[in-house]
Amino acid sequence: MTSPHRPDQLHASAYWSGEAIVPGIYAIAPMLPGTLAFGLAFGALCAQKKFSLAEVEVMMAIVYGGLSQFVAVQSWPDQLTISSIATLALLITTVNIRFALMSASLRPWFGTLPPWQAYPSMLLVTDGGWLAAMRYREHGGANAWFFVGGGIVLYVVWLLSSIPGFLLAEQLSDPKKYGVDLVMPAFYAAMLVPAWKGVGRAVPWVIAGAVALLVYYTVPGYWFIILGAVAGSVSAGLMPDD
Amino acid sequence: MTEMLRPEVMFAFVVMMAVTVASRLGGFWLMRYVTITPRVRRMLEALPGSIIVAAALPVAVDGGVVVVGAIVAAMIVTVVRRNDFIAVFTGMAVAALARAAGLGG
Repeated sequence: MTSPHRPDQLHASAYWSGEAIVPGIYAIAPMLPGTLAFGLAFGALCAQKKFSLAEVEVMMAIVYGGLSQFVAVQSWPDQLTISSIATLALLITTVNIRFALMSASLRPWFGTLPPWQAYPSMLLVTDGGWLAAMRYREHGGANAWFFVGGGIVLYVVWLLSSIPGFLLAEQLSDPKKYGVDLVMPAFYAAMLVPAWKGVGRAVPWVIAGAVALLVYYTVPGYWFIILGAVAGSVSAGLMPDD
Repeated sequence: MTEMLRPEVMFAFVVMMAVTVASRLGGFWLMRYVTITPRVRRMLEALPGSIIVAAALPVAVDGGVVVVGAIVAAMIVTVVRRNDFIAVFTGMAVAALARAAGLGG
């Protein structure tokens, strides 16, 4: 590959230019119906668990971790004590620690921005937003608005999504009926296809999958995501240069 | 609604926010102290695929035939159409229809 852009693609410094806002929103658009449906189901669950709508909105706004909120509300303790809150915090951490890996992988890109711009941007890390941004980066993109613009739209949709579900709690109590639980796996699968770069590059994926399965069936909770992902990444580090 | 925002619930939410923010910022912050050698770059490049597989594979295996079928359908659509939107919709539709037809999982 001797294209003039090629050598710098993965090292291009981040910059801000408005023309990437619309493409960034377009890239996360496939996530929006699923996010809406997930938020609907989550709002319905919260209504059943006797949270107020104001409380639900505060959680949506400040925690902003879809799966972790679902898991936390499902196992919400009857009595909030220091120890039951600590248990919730541990549960949330096991679900969300993957965000640390995601923001780590954004460092070569966003690390070229001043910290006051880079750190607030990392608050927008979500599975979908991060995946779309990584794909954009892989094609040589460096415009920070691509990630931040899409991320803000995803955040706003998420904030609004739980309200109708809360109000219509009865109809939506079973999100599986509408295939809502398939949104993330299907989006992941769709992202994996273009990431395919041959058998050699897929060896870490196999290791990640094997370790994740092993942990899933032996350790309770959500450690399988982080341990599988770390195993895949470390194995890539141990492989010889290509 | 007598209690719109119960204080103890707000406290729990703030703790949940703190650990989530720490996760989001922590990885980025830690990488400040890591030099991007070729080895580190290989590790970072392998992360997206590894996270995808680690997060989705156990859920798919555990979800049984409906979930595996829905994911495979989404992947086929991606290969054929390269459209994430249609892929996600296909995955959801396959699962919803299979469950409506009485298949478990």
